[in-house]
Amino acid sequence: MSCIEARGLRKTFGSTVALDHVDLRLDEGRILGLIGPNGAGKSTALNAILGLTTHQGELSVLGRDPWKDRDRLMRDVCFIADVAVLPRWMKVSQAIDYVAGVHPRFNRAKAESFLSRTDIKHTSRVRQLSKGMVTQLHLALVMAIDARLLVLDEPTLGLDLLYRKQFYDSLLNDYFDRSRTIIVTTHQVEEIQDILTDLAFINRGRIVLACSMEAFEARYLEVMVGPEHLAAARALGPINERQVFGRSILLFDSVDRSQLAPLGEVRSPGIADLFVAVMGGQGAPPQGAAA
Amino acid sequence: MTTLSDVSAPAPLDPPKAEAAPLSPTRPFIWSVRREVWENRSLIIGPLVAAGVVLLGCLLGALHAPHMKFSLSGDAARQAVLLIAPYGFAAGAVLVTGVIVGAFYCLGALHNERRDRSILFWKSLPVSDLTTVLSKASIPLVVLPVILFAVVVATQLILLVLGALVALVGGAPMPWTRLPLLQMWLVLLYGLTVLSLWYAPIWGWLLLVSVWARRAPFLWAVLPPLALCVIEKIAFDTGHLATLLNQRLGGLDRAFTARMGTDSPQDFLPRMDAARFFGTPDVWIGLVVAAVFLAGAVWLRRRREPI
Repeated sequence: MSCIEARGLRKTFGSTVALDHVDLRLDEGRILGLIGPNGAGKSTALNAILGLTTHQGELSVLGRDPWKDRDRLMRDVCFIADVAVLPRWMKVSQAIDYVAGVHPRFNRAKAESFLSRTDIKHTSRVRQLSKGMVTQLHLALVMAIDARLLVLDEPTLGLDLLYRKQFYDSLLNDYFDRSRTIIVTTHQVEEIQDILTDLAFINRGRIVLACSMEAFEARYLEVMVGPEHLAAARALGPINERQVFGRSILLFDSVDRSQLAPLGEVRSPGIADLFVAVMGGQGAPPQGAAA
Repeated sequence: MTTLSDVSAPAPLDPPKAEAAPLSPTRPFIWSVRREVWENRSLIIGPLVAAGVVLLGCLLGALHAPHMKFSLSGDAARQAVLLIAPYGFAAGAVLVTGVIVGAFYCLGALHNERRDRSILFWKSLPVSDLTTVLSKASIPLVVLPVILFAVVVATQLILLVLGALVALVGGAPMPWTRLPLLQMWLVLLYGLTVLSLWYAPIWGWLLLVSVWARRAPFLWAVLPPLALCVIEKIAFDTGHLATLLNQRLGGLDRAFTARMGTDSPQDFLPRMDAARFFGTPDVWIGLVVAAVFLAGAVWLRRRREPI
């Protein structure tokens, strides 16, 4: 069953087009990485999926129209939008009590068990916790909810490496069970490469690339080429070329592995490298614009 | 690391089962109201501070000159005033504080959650905008009056003990033999109900501004109505809007009739006139306006993002 189906999804703010006829389909049980530069339309797309914003075109999430049917949808959908949106005045115990009070699918024991593995005290207020702990608390609350779709918008922004690693480890080991669906956006692309099942690049409101990770690995190959093979490699039409320690790394789209193997070491590219290659030709908007 | 995955084992592909456990629709509402009280402790602390100030004043007054106040026999009216005045004063101070606290609560209720971005957390939970706005509106309409009632009654009970001590020293009769306590509390209950209903459009307006204004909700709540009054005065040389606002802010006397005698403490209690209050269309028009403001607040909150 498809979890998300968007056809001709469009959203404009005045004369700015945030989403421009986006077609996207995501089946249940997948983990989609939505990758794009700042201002590409990632957050707008997520907001539309979460029913936080109106949109044009067709959009169905778990079989419902997220804008019209939002109240009902939110029993099946969770999201961590941005970091540090937990109310700072709240005590940890109050946060658990409140979510347990309003959410029909919240499992208190799960949340408690997750929290017991952290240094978070029940009597602390959110404002007293470090940024990493706030994220842990939020994750504990969200993971204890038996949701069908989890949306993560830059969930690890500003966290140190340990917390980031722990965040995705928990998500994968304790939460994801192949019936749930996860959508995640992040700039730390390399950290999520191993957990994704699907990949979508978005730029200037358009989906530039959407494929499964299997397709990604079958389609894109990277070869580290010594100077002696460089001309031969370039003749095969790489979509990107970069220099590392005096050697060239060439990225190929749909070129057979057997053709590349004689030229050097062949491997799957990182999402980040493909992203640069694909977006490089697109003229990404200047960094720093609102996402 | 095993506990969580064990518990979540039966999750795959059984969404219909989970639907079988619906929450009662009032549950999110009640928890949202509780949440408001957690967040806004000034709703309780404000009235308590006002009560404390009144109690401190009375205590110091009693210590300073008890004989002056209670040994003046003969003038029944003066005695009656002196006897009941502290109780009325306590109620008045707590109620006025309550109204101020309520106004500031309303102005922040739907504004602060956008400023600190926590609206994104609230909206990630299955609580509708209607439930949220109604829970916030219920604070000045129901919760705050209940708090004020409790604080006033508690304060008056302490005053009663204080008065008893003074009476003991001065050899006067115990205050509860002369005070119409039950009637006082009945008037208080009626007064709080009237206050809540009469001010409903004001609470609604403040909540609407709170969700609408990007900054300075206080100014947006106060200045536009004032500006409209000025414009009306200049353009048409009339003052209908000003009169209307004035009546709404200060029109609570319509719920009471003028007192008659001045001989007993009862005479200084406002006389309830529910027939007069509920008999005029004004209160009902106010409630309709309040409902419209709240509907607007629900509509806007649905579309609002963090500031």
